[in-house]
Amino acid sequence: MSDGRHAIAISDATVEINGHRIWNDVSVTVEPGEFVAVLGSNGAGKSTLLKVVLGLVPLRSGTATVCGRAPGEANADIGYLPQRRTFDESSRIRGVDVVRLGLDGSRWGVPLPRFGRDTSRARVDEVIELVGATEYARRPIGSLSGGEQQRLLIAQALVRKPRLLMLDEPLDSLDLPNQAGVAGLIQRICRDENVAVLLVAHDVNPILSYLDRVIYFAGHTAVSGSPREVITTETLSRLYGTEIEVIETRDGRLVVVGQPEAPFVHGHRHDHAH
Amino acid sequence: MLTSAAFEGLSWNLWADIVGLFDFPFMVHALVAGTAVALVAGPVGWLMVLRRQTFAGHTLSVISFPGAAGAALIGLPLGIGYFGAFAAGALALSGVSRGDSGTESRESAATGTIQALALALGLLFVSLYHGLLNGVSGLLFGTFLGITSTQAAVLALIAFAALALLTVAWRPLVFASIDTEVARARGVPVRALSLGFLLLLGLTVAATSQITGALLVFALLVTPAAAAQQLTARPMLGVALATGIALAVTWIGLGLAYYSIYPAGFFITSLAFLVYVSTRVRSVVVRA
Repeated sequence: MSDGRHAIAISDATVEINGHRIWNDVSVTVEPGEFVAVLGSNGAGKSTLLKVVLGLVPLRSGTATVCGRAPGEANADIGYLPQRRTFDESSRIRGVDVVRLGLDGSRWGVPLPRFGRDTSRARVDEVIELVGATEYARRPIGSLSGGEQQRLLIAQALVRKPRLLMLDEPLDSLDLPNQAGVAGLIQRICRDENVAVLLVAHDVNPILSYLDRVIYFAGHTAVSGSPREVITTETLSRLYGTEIEVIETRDGRLVVVGQPEAPFVHGHRHDHAH
Repeated sequence: MLTSAAFEGLSWNLWADIVGLFDFPFMVHALVAGTAVALVAGPVGWLMVLRRQTFAGHTLSVISFPGAAGAALIGLPLGIGYFGAFAAGALALSGVSRGDSGTESRESAATGTIQALALALGLLFVSLYHGLLNGVSGLLFGTFLGITSTQAAVLALIAFAALALLTVAWRPLVFASIDTEVARARGVPVRALSLGFLLLLGLTVAATSQITGALLVFALLVTPAAAAQQLTARPMLGVALATGIALAVTWIGLGLAYYSIYPAGFFITSLAFLVYVSTRVRSVVVRA
């Protein structure tokens, strides 16, 4: 199987949810160690990609493999960070406990105290160190800032040494310095740990310089390629079937003008209430 | 009914007073039952607070009132009424909850509706029964004096079974409680655990009702857990503290009730409240 070489290989996939066509003939591949952003308007099928990979949403037609296996069978190799609300003040559990659940939370029984060398604990400490959260990992997670919580949740997703890390809008609730910090962290993990990263983003600019490739969803389908290939006036106009303009600012940021909604524009981020 | 010993009140000899607690079988039964209930209420309450299901827990406790009143009406033991009601209540609540985040407000509205219906049914049963029941207050606020050795044994058995189940399901249950989506993606049976926990919560509420009455269940379920979460964010230490507080207030509350004319539920609730207030004060002082 040549598919074993791909982290994700989806071809000619169609997805329907509650009778609504979400995807039409979508083909996507992600290679090991690649940093890929998933872009597009709300409801265009970005989060659907993550759910298909996890085996939570079935394909209507087409094929999909994840690390060479059927979707859902490779979940032990996937670190997943869903789009979420942050933990509030009343969440009285420590960051280190949340990370630990990522390691053995799906096992039955109670955690037994170990004497001597505790490999689970050592791994949890190691991954917390990797994301730079050692200083505050033993504080209640509800008392931490959004950026600190996000680092701990990334540690949770990484603790089992996944081959694929999937993050659903991880930068969304963060302020600009934290966006840059967390984006840099994800890129470092991608490179140093050789983990393929699939990151759903509202705004491509904080991660633009780190990306190997983007997958852009619009009009029930997707195109992929390097950011400079895909985020262009021509490609996006074709994808949306309407006049779109991509402007590059002097500091190298991309601004997309004219699509049904504008996920790239700073300060225009949508409040997506559910 | 009570012999003089109980009415003599507290002496100045604490040891003699403690020994005196064990003079009568009814008190031994009450202590055994209270201990069993507190041992389960600690961990279950801690999880309930973590899962933010205190409103569901409260509804289950209210449901045990029509359960017990209905059992009395048709001549069944009260225990059967309590436990029958919890099963119906937990199933109704799991029908309401979809185990997803973001549905909390809709869920609490539906839960409130069930709660109102339960109270109305309880009232209906009590009025149909024409007051021969040892009063509504017994059902609502508890009577520990009438606990038989069979009841105490049943409660101890329930406590043992509940703790065994909790031990087996502990990690996935905590995972599903704080991180539903990630847990589901990792193959944790989130829906089944959610229903399972509601049943366990109902069981605990029904058992606790028999000590504290339907309305004061929270003294053992919520207050110790909330106090423990004020003191520590470490899970296992928190569970141990919650259980310890529940045990202490149960024992002291039963002891005080034995030597006074006031009901145990009052003492247990007040003691638990005092513990909670002092942990809040401590948190404020520590932060300042």
